[in-house]
Amino acid sequence: MTLIRVEGRAYPLGRANVDTDMIIASEWLKTISREGLGKGAFAALRHDPANVFDDPAFAGAAILIAGENFGCGSSREHAAWAMADMGVRVVIAVSLSDIFASNAFKNGVLAVCLPADAVAHLLDAVRGGAGIAVDLEAQAVRCGGRTFAFAIDAFRRRCLMEGLDEIALTLADAEGIAAHEGRVAVDAPWLAMAGRRA
Amino acid sequence: MARVRERAKMRSTVRAGSGAAARGPRTLYDKIWDAHVVRDYDDGSSLIFVDRHLVHEVSSAQAFEGLRRAGRTVRRPDLTLAMPDHNLPTTARTGADGRRLPVADPQSAAQLDALARNVAATAIPYFDATAPEQGIVHVVGPEQGFTLPGSVLACGDSHTAAHGALGALGIGIGTSEVEHVLATQTLRLNRSRAMAVRVDGTPGFGVAPKDVILAIIARIGASGGIGHVIEYRGSTFDAMSVEGRLTVANMSIEAGARAGLFAPDERVFAYLKGRPMAPSGAEWDAALAQWRTLRSDPGARFDKSVAIDATAIAPSVTWGTSPQHVVPITGRVPSPDSFADPVQREAAARSLEYMALLPGQRMEDVAIENIFIGSCTNSRIEDLRAAAAVVRGRRVAAGVRQALVVPGSGLVRRQGEAEGLDRIFREAGFEWREPGCSACLGMNPDTVPAGERCASTANRNFMGRQGPGARTHLLSPAMAAAAAIRGRLTDVRTLMAEAGMGETQMGEAQMGETGA
Repeated sequence: MTLIRVEGRAYPLGRANVDTDMIIASEWLKTISREGLGKGAFAALRHDPANVFDDPAFAGAAILIAGENFGCGSSREHAAWAMADMGVRVVIAVSLSDIFASNAFKNGVLAVCLPADAVAHLLDAVRGGAGIAVDLEAQAVRCGGRTFAFAIDAFRRRCLMEGLDEIALTLADAEGIAAHEGRVAVDAPWLAMAGRRA
Repeated sequence: MARVRERAKMRSTVRAGSGAAARGPRTLYDKIWDAHVVRDYDDGSSLIFVDRHLVHEVSSAQAFEGLRRAGRTVRRPDLTLAMPDHNLPTTARTGADGRRLPVADPQSAAQLDALARNVAATAIPYFDATAPEQGIVHVVGPEQGFTLPGSVLACGDSHTAAHGALGALGIGIGTSEVEHVLATQTLRLNRSRAMAVRVDGTPGFGVAPKDVILAIIARIGASGGIGHVIEYRGSTFDAMSVEGRLTVANMSIEAGARAGLFAPDERVFAYLKGRPMAPSGAEWDAALAQWRTLRSDPGARFDKSVAIDATAIAPSVTWGTSPQHVVPITGRVPSPDSFADPVQREAAARSLEYMALLPGQRMEDVAIENIFIGSCTNSRIEDLRAAAAVVRGRRVAAGVRQALVVPGSGLVRRQGEAEGLDRIFREAGFEWREPGCSACLGMNPDTVPAGERCASTANRNFMGRQGPGARTHLLSPAMAAAAAIRGRLTDVRTLMAEAGMGETQMGEAQMGETGA
């Protein structure tokens, strides 16, 4: 699934340190499928009747705006699967956990970091009813008359825009991998096998 | 010989291409990274070879399914090791007749079966639930010598950072990357920045490695390490046991870091020698010579540096729902108003509401209903010894509903039994369980009921982590033991003094004298 531009409503979540247990509880990790996790997304926050996910003003949003350290904690890709399943295609945050950001990109979800004051502006504007436009091609977020440029890793951008199969790309380098394996066998033979020795 | 020279030539060509030579003095992280570059791409990312891959049931099922759908195979099953840990109940696994007991939860059973089927179909070495070596991946890797200095080790689990204690670059990954490693034995990554965390001095009586890492997280914050690999340096770590360092490296992720590293030293080499999967004979000697070069060069540049005085660290406990919410056990619950940043203030207020704590309340007055001694952070033999030393000859308090000791592996469990630790715990009223992740994460039967508190040696105090509505206080194994005996959060030093325990019975196993 490719992603170039996403426009419309956004969930103004805010908060710092939204962890992946909060995004999808461990109870949901017993599945052996990637599908259907949207039903469990953000369950911990949905206890609060005033939560943004059940507010009709934001229903069906494809963009989520959060504070610092979004997606911290467990490496569970189920968090990215759950968000993609509930229709979220873009997460904008002050900072993002490295593992969560990687998982998001691999599931067609764009993770964008913006400075705290830009995120504060977006939260205010969206709470006031404004829509947001995220343009991956132009690397810009537009909202309430302002435009914020964002940086993004070139490879991730290309993967999202072109919907590339990363494993196929890497396997095209199979010779390079084999050459590395050959070097390890000579330079560090103790790493070349992991089995029981005796 | 000619072949060796040719390889060496090829290697230097590759490394020159990676730009390593131009950068001058290198950090330990640079050295490991440079030695694993298969290819540098124009977009700034690199293809990094993965020497070791640990697989468990929760993050692998969809990866194997992906391989099957794409018609791909596992490139290096011989560099992979699998075992169940997250889902597995920690109650008895075989009946009196020696037969395997079923896992009651059908979803867990299906996921565990899927792992067994997937490893059988792909010839991946496997420690099944009843194998003596089975345990938590991050306990078993080092214990078996599967984890080696200078290696890149990946696992579909964020606590893979733990392996950095041995000088391995432990990278936690998601399921798509698990699939990528299975298919290619590589990861496509961007180089992280380097961060030095220096801790010097001899910590005081009763201070454990857990207190050191909690102090580090409190200092740099739960997001302070984002985009960085931490290298732990300083006299406190030089004097710390390998198991203590495993506790520290394990929680690097709780500071947001991509990984945590210690330069491997004689303690690590002594720890590894003779482990089943470690090299031996002439290969051991060759490995050792190379491992001794695995340290940051003098003058190597770190993008960020933090220094902490170990003598200022006290036995500590978390009060909130982020691992950065740390206070000394002698301290009080902070007021949200004490946080200058409005986001942190709001988070603190929300945490206190969830934790049912009031600003100014003494931590030692907080009553505890559940005790959990276990997890990949604190379930090794030294952890169990430290807890048993406090428990010995005492009883779990009446108000404690459940007190679990969950060894990190079958071998730790057996060692504990050989030392009589199981008896000490059982006689005091603890349950002595089978190895697994247990009450760390609330996805097996070991959970904490809503509204109850748990003094836990695990790594996360997130809302709902141990079960919906569960309230978690993170602390060291000795502190968890003290909480069990008193039925409330307790300064372990008080109990140690009562029992006339000196350094030799407590701290020394994990924290030696630094001479600083």
